Amino acid sequence: MAFIDPTLTRDLGRRKKGNHAAGRPPVSPERRKALRRKFWRETGVAYLYLSPALLVLGVFSFWPVIKSLELSLFKWDMISPVKTFVGLKNYSDLLFKDEEFWLGIKNTLYYVLGTVPLGIVIALGLALLLNAKIRLRSFFRVSYFLPHVTSVVAISMVWRWIFHSDYGLMNYILGWFHIRSLPWLSEPALAMPAVIIMSIWRHLGYDVIIFLAGLQSIDKEYYEAAKVDGASGWQMFRYITWPLLSPTTFFITIISTIGAFKVFQEIYVLFNTGSGPLRSAYTIVFFIYDKAFRDWEMGYASAGAWLLFLLIFALTLIQFRVSRNRIHYS
Amino acid sequence: MAPDAQSAAGATTQAVALPAQPRRKGRKRSEAGGRLSPLALGAIYLALGIGAFIMLIPFIWMIVTSLKPMNEVTVFPPKWIWWPIHWHNYVDAWRTAPFGRYFFNSIVVAVVSTVLEVITCAMAAYAFARMNFFGKNTLFMLLLGSIMVPGEVLLVPNFITLVRLSWIDTYWALIIPWIVSVFGIFFMRQAFLQLPNELFDAGKIDGCGTFRFLWRVVLPLSKPVVTTVALFKFIGSWNSFLWVLIVTNTPNMRTIPVGLTYFSTEVGTTYNLLMAASAFSMLPILVLFFLAQKQFIQGIARTGLK
Repeated sequence: MAFIDPTLTRDLGRRKKGNHAAGRPPVSPERRKALRRKFWRETGVAYLYLSPALLVLGVFSFWPVIKSLELSLFKWDMISPVKTFVGLKNYSDLLFKDEEFWLGIKNTLYYVLGTVPLGIVIALGLALLLNAKIRLRSFFRVSYFLPHVTSVVAISMVWRWIFHSDYGLMNYILGWFHIRSLPWLSEPALAMPAVIIMSIWRHLGYDVIIFLAGLQSIDKEYYEAAKVDGASGWQMFRYITWPLLSPTTFFITIISTIGAFKVFQEIYVLFNTGSGPLRSAYTIVFFIYDKAFRDWEMGYASAGAWLLFLLIFALTLIQFRVSRNRIHYS
Repeated sequence: MAPDAQSAAGATTQAVALPAQPRRKGRKRSEAGGRLSPLALGAIYLALGIGAFIMLIPFIWMIVTSLKPMNEVTVFPPKWIWWPIHWHNYVDAWRTAPFGRYFFNSIVVAVVSTVLEVITCAMAAYAFARMNFFGKNTLFMLLLGSIMVPGEVLLVPNFITLVRLSWIDTYWALIIPWIVSVFGIFFMRQAFLQLPNELFDAGKIDGCGTFRFLWRVVLPLSKPVVTTVALFKFIGSWNSFLWVLIVTNTPNMRTIPVGLTYFSTEVGTTYNLLMAASAFSMLPILVLFFLAQKQFIQGIARTGLK
């Protein structure tokens, strides 16, 4: 899921250069004309091949981006024929007046900080264990990955039952350790932790698989050399595995952060279409959904979506900045 | 990302394929080091075992609950052995809501959008991989840039578009917006680029039309990538929720996940029925996953490192 495709610019560049080098010196005008005609004919064919994809993307991806920017400057309820232009008022209201929006941001940040670092640490630990020479590796891999393919809705229902305060599995297992039963889904302070536990459980397998692929791509010779030099297990992790794994770690951090900012379905189902007791799990996407499809404030909701996008974009840029000197491509 | 990412990606595709042959290497490693004592090995198995237990227990809990009569469900601490086994919960759950219709909708939407996505993406990817045309570079960058825009931004305007088209509550709304994926185009393009040039020359000499060539030669040769793209599409489509919730308003058009949330508000706290419904709603995906787990896991690993 790389956002920037390093191969693209490279091989496009290479191809262009190749054409120049091969095509330049002794080309007669007729030949050049023929080449040009061929190029335009190929352009026609290419766009024929691209047309279905471009049509759909144009209507449902590119156009809505422009449309939603425009909408965010209006006050509009979908039904009335009049859209009132309000300029940047939607944005300023969101940022300076709307407590719900800030509640959404606060809860979303709580969720992101709760899931991303912990999830990555656990996933890395499991991947390191799985990378040892063990039997049953594919069994473990499959069982860790299983939650990731199931639908959020079905599995959130299962978790709603697990977190049940009287008969739930969670409290039963806590009972083994003599911890008293907790009202997971009805106590505001516990609602977000419950969502976080479920999300880490659901996303762990994905991170483990990617870490494992990263670990397996590290050349075994480094470890053999380190062993000859008498390095300890920790030293090997610290000075070989960790630096060589840094591109993978970085990738997972970015992807999980972006994903975590968009949390919605888990909460919607876990709290039975609500946002938790006293809105304790009210997130930004929940806010956008509420504004658009419950209050029908289309312009306001669009502005909220754009602020979410800007927030994610800014954080991604910061992550790229901060990690620039810490990532080692072997 | 640095340009080395490409070589890193090449290396990992190999590494991903490794599990078939690492046995010899592994043995060599343990001989050279001989470091894993039985104690360490035991600790590793214990940790991994606890992990696997945590990952699987919700599924076990779901199935256990789904087979209990209601008076057994509300017992604390829960019993793991009970009698009689209540298979009938599945029938009851199925009959409480129009699940037949939900399943039918989910299957139609998932199958049709997967097939269409493979077609549109293969065509677009073929143009990007094998043709030289005006605006290629710009267009490709534009596509990749569109990945960064979150779906939430598109939600409102797309809903408005659908209202204008009068597509609300139709299969069109559930399928058409989702038949192209930039990831799909991207991965297929990478696969097509790796095919040898000679193949394409041979195709030209044999007078094979470009279009036929794409379906008969190029796609079959890129089977792993096509399978990965199709699998992920199918699952994504089967599990998709927010969009379906917004663009449908009658039970007739609901897919499984949305139907399930309505079912859950209806049956309330009848948890045995709820678990039975959850179980059969994820059954097709679980079967698919077990049949194709290798492709899944390799596919994930591939997305991570390219």
